[in-house]
Amino acid sequence: MANVLAVCEQKEGQVRKVSRETVAAARGLADALGGSVDAIVLGAPGVDPAGANLGAAGADRVLVAADPSFALYAPDDSAATIAAQAKVGDYAAVVLAATATGRDLGPRLAARLDVPLATDVTGLAVEGGKVVATRPVYAGKAIQTVVVEARPALVSVRPNTFTAGTGAQGHGGTVVSVQAVTGAARVVVKEVKAAEQGALDVAEASIVVSGGRGMKGPEHFHLIEELAKAFGTAAVGASRAVVDAGWRPHGEQVGQTGKTVSPQLYVAVGISGAIQHLAGMRTAKVIVAINKDKDAPIFKVADYGIVGDAFEIVPRLAEEIRKIRAG
Amino acid sequence: MKIAVCIKRVPDTETRIRIGGDGTSVDEAGVKFILNPYDEFAVEEALQRRDKAGGGDVVVLSLGADAAQETMRTALAMGCDRGVLLQASPIPADGLAVAKAIAAELKGGGFDLILFGKMAVDDYNHQVGPMVAELLGLPCVTSVAHLELEGGKGTAEREVEGGMEVVEFAMPAVLTCDKGLNTPRYPALKGIMAAKKKPIEVKPAQLGAPRITVKALALPPERKEGRIVGEGPDAVPELLRLLREEAKVL
Repeated sequence: MANVLAVCEQKEGQVRKVSRETVAAARGLADALGGSVDAIVLGAPGVDPAGANLGAAGADRVLVAADPSFALYAPDDSAATIAAQAKVGDYAAVVLAATATGRDLGPRLAARLDVPLATDVTGLAVEGGKVVATRPVYAGKAIQTVVVEARPALVSVRPNTFTAGTGAQGHGGTVVSVQAVTGAARVVVKEVKAAEQGALDVAEASIVVSGGRGMKGPEHFHLIEELAKAFGTAAVGASRAVVDAGWRPHGEQVGQTGKTVSPQLYVAVGISGAIQHLAGMRTAKVIVAINKDKDAPIFKVADYGIVGDAFEIVPRLAEEIRKIRAG
Repeated sequence: MKIAVCIKRVPDTETRIRIGGDGTSVDEAGVKFILNPYDEFAVEEALQRRDKAGGGDVVVLSLGADAAQETMRTALAMGCDRGVLLQASPIPADGLAVAKAIAAELKGGGFDLILFGKMAVDDYNHQVGPMVAELLGLPCVTSVAHLELEGGKGTAEREVEGGMEVVEFAMPAVLTCDKGLNTPRYPALKGIMAAKKKPIEVKPAQLGAPRITVKALALPPERKEGRIVGEGPDAVPELLRLLREEAKVL
């Protein structure tokens, strides 16, 4: 069998957007292998995969395992359920997203299936029947190409890398119910404390606005937040210096000891561009730098730069973007 | 309290990477190596938990080259009691093979906690800790940024997209540590001196055949030279024109 299983994530019953990318990556592999794509969704009864339109993203079938214990992420039971399906389905490959959930689930699944795991993959190919994956290492300072010599080939794909709808369309995404394997939980997720309303994670956002030491203090980060808000769907990021100084939470840190990001647009404000920061954001499609020092290393990787005072430039930029978006 | 802390020796994050002559690994000449930054949180947590419990044994375990003993001395200088090095050079790209070697060493060790950093800043795998947990059949919480332990039970918080997950577990357990969990101490001179006398047991890692192999390692494509659009707020309209018409990202 040359079929591929795509592991989807849901939140409050709706399939997450990142899962369309997971399905797209699985579609690419299935096309190369000559197989079909099953997308699996685990959720509480009533979970609705329809909204995500996984068929258009590349799924042939959507497998739904519904159980009350899947309302929140259930690490052990999720691994058990997906491992059981992976065995029944005899898949050539299993694809997850390299998200907070996928990073937790992938290794558990690997151990249960006794196969290795290639993480944070940005490119997938099939050579001589084997899955070959490219993945950034050293936070993007180097690109590693690995051959996966196991079946199923288990891989997690980096968010914002695979685009849904570029492969062949799936066959409508027929929904099939599958058995949940539950009752052996060693850890229990009791609740999810929600971050600020509408806050986006830097690793998944298509636009990231980051601030550095040039912001001069935590009290000025509202300028960064307002610029992110002006873009509509942007996340706020931060340099290591300002996280270490306690100005911003570590979840926002971009760089080798933080998150590596690949957004469509990365705006670096008051960030000089230490090697470990550049490593974490150099795969952004377009980089804009705003810095008062025209010799700052950030300008070497930026597509567009403005030299000057961030406190004057950022509010103006936010204002102009709001005008554009207002039409 | 008996705790194992698993650490890795990695290139300093300020290192500029050069590709080795084999085309699959990093040229280590002139590279400064450090204790993986996330493992510092694991070491610190182990020490605080041991001391809060009124004593115990903190074993620092590493899988890697003989030179990893230098890195282990850092952990011993911070306050770990003893070390175990599982020799492997190079470290396989197959994280499950690494996890099996570590699990075999820890099995039956009677540890209350087994701590890891949430990931190593070289291979970015985020995987060996939870794999070890699965292999040992232990509860596991990954990327722990806040931890409370009371009477053999624990509550951990981990960052997820859009919030913090609150996770309950019973000990013994495997936890992988994130930034924010604590503030790692610097080794004091006294600790550095004491670390020289602490024992490190050295033995070959029991590694199976790797099933992920590295075919190539390359530098990423250079970004093409950008340009300075202008100076000050007056450059904003031109920047936006370029973002819309040239880069087409708005």
